[in-house]
Amino acid sequence: MSKLEVRHLSVHYAGRAGRTTHALADVNLALDPGDFVVALGASGCGKTTLLSCIAGFMDYSSGDIVLDGKRVAGPGAERGVVFQKHALMPWLNVVDNVEFGLRMRGVPRDERRRVALDKLRLVGLEKFATYPVWQLSGGMQQRVGLARALASDPEVMLMDEPLGALDALTREQIQELILHLWWQTRKMFFFITHSVEEALFLATELVVMSPSPGRIAHRYKLDFGKRFIECRDARKVKADPEFIKLREDVLHLIHASAPEQDAA
Amino acid sequence: MNAPEPIVDKAPPAATPARTVSGYSIPGQGSSTVISIVTVVALFVLWWVATHYGWIRDIFLPMPEKILKAFADAWRGDIQGGKPLPEHFWASLWRVFAAFLLAVVTAIPAGIAMGVSRIARGILDPPIEFYRPLPPLAYLPLIVIWFGIDETAKIVLIFLACFAPLAMSARAGVRSVMIEQINAAYSMGASKWQVIWHVIVPGAMPEIFTGMRIAIGFGWTTLVAAEMVAATEGLGQMVLNASNFLRTDVVIMGIIVIGVVAYLFDLLMRYVERLVVPWKGKAS
Repeated sequence: MSKLEVRHLSVHYAGRAGRTTHALADVNLALDPGDFVVALGASGCGKTTLLSCIAGFMDYSSGDIVLDGKRVAGPGAERGVVFQKHALMPWLNVVDNVEFGLRMRGVPRDERRRVALDKLRLVGLEKFATYPVWQLSGGMQQRVGLARALASDPEVMLMDEPLGALDALTREQIQELILHLWWQTRKMFFFITHSVEEALFLATELVVMSPSPGRIAHRYKLDFGKRFIECRDARKVKADPEFIKLREDVLHLIHASAPEQDAA
Repeated sequence: MNAPEPIVDKAPPAATPARTVSGYSIPGQGSSTVISIVTVVALFVLWWVATHYGWIRDIFLPMPEKILKAFADAWRGDIQGGKPLPEHFWASLWRVFAAFLLAVVTAIPAGIAMGVSRIARGILDPPIEFYRPLPPLAYLPLIVIWFGIDETAKIVLIFLACFAPLAMSARAGVRSVMIEQINAAYSMGASKWQVIWHVIVPGAMPEIFTGMRIAIGFGWTTLVAAEMVAATEGLGQMVLNASNFLRTDVVIMGIIVIGVVAYLFDLLMRYVERLVVPWKGKAS
């Protein structure tokens, strides 16, 4: 059974004039298939650094990142990434974007087209397969980004604030879509956000990070995502008194850990 | 305590004709087309009046209709040198396109190499940065010594004029590719060469097209200048030859033809640009 483990991960950036920044200190995480881990924290708490290390975009100073018993070194197709800015290729249409990774790995045309259309159906965009991506709205572009990451059938989905640039209504729609995708695929999901409500709604495990040095300060085991899958009513889940109480608790934690952010 | 009831606004009364408004504008906003047309028409009227009432002597500025006649004469070859205008035109066009295409197939790969490779940048940067600011006519004599006075020298000169802006734009285009796009390709299993070919090259295309527009304009400028120095045919030679015989009408006609061709080049490049990089300025 596949498993993603982050053990004693530390990152020191080489800064200017010989100074180093301690971006991450002794971070530990373990994900099994079906786990949805959300990292929450104010800017500068190292959550994007953590994701970049897992994705293989960035090297780390000490510790280990192990997927299926193999140490992570560099990016790979078994770890799909969804970016804050969708990072689609505007010279390709929607379906060509989704099958880009398969094409790079030499999958035959018919096979990759079949997979790409299947993933587009999952995100509800099968009617837009031949559209240029730059004609789509921000929310639709991010759906294409999700379909593209899923097309490679990764074991882990890494999402770096994928909904940060969307308006509130679109954002809630895509949160629900992500929960559906998670429930259907049973993959490991690692998701970064600075929205407390989003984090509580999606996570099976919420890690609250605090800055300088970036570290995990608190962990919560949650099941609001599962409740949504059962009742299909996001408003009901988010209006639950338990949800509201946790939201206030976590907000309090974040404000307490980052007092200097208030002044900015 | 009861929760506050929402207050519902009543529908507005039947519409009276509304005064249309536009936003308060920043300086320089709004269309200038009408003003431009009026300016051009006014210049023509001024030209016509000034020549027909004898304010300016014919040798300095001929009447507009004489320019048209010069065009007809030149078309038939009824000017000094005896070559018809289309021959001059094709000679110039062939030179500029041959050199431009040669520059496209060399400068774009060179610029992309400079963008993606430290070594290529280290090798190509000094020579390009040295010759780029030189006026092409400054090194024309050297080119004539090296390549002779015939076609080769002209094509080499225009090639050099086109090369630098194309290489610079391709290099800038590589820089303009978003790091997220490159990381996305890597995380979908692409190799380094696949990233260069499938992400960086297409991502650099909008900048490369800007460079192509600049390059073909620069090449045309250089060509006409080169033809004034040493040539037996071409639009630049035609204009220079006419000036030796004080045929001001042919000179002005030639200048207008050269300008119209330059404008058509730009329209053509913009058209191709819309076909090839329709996302330019639209994708984030």
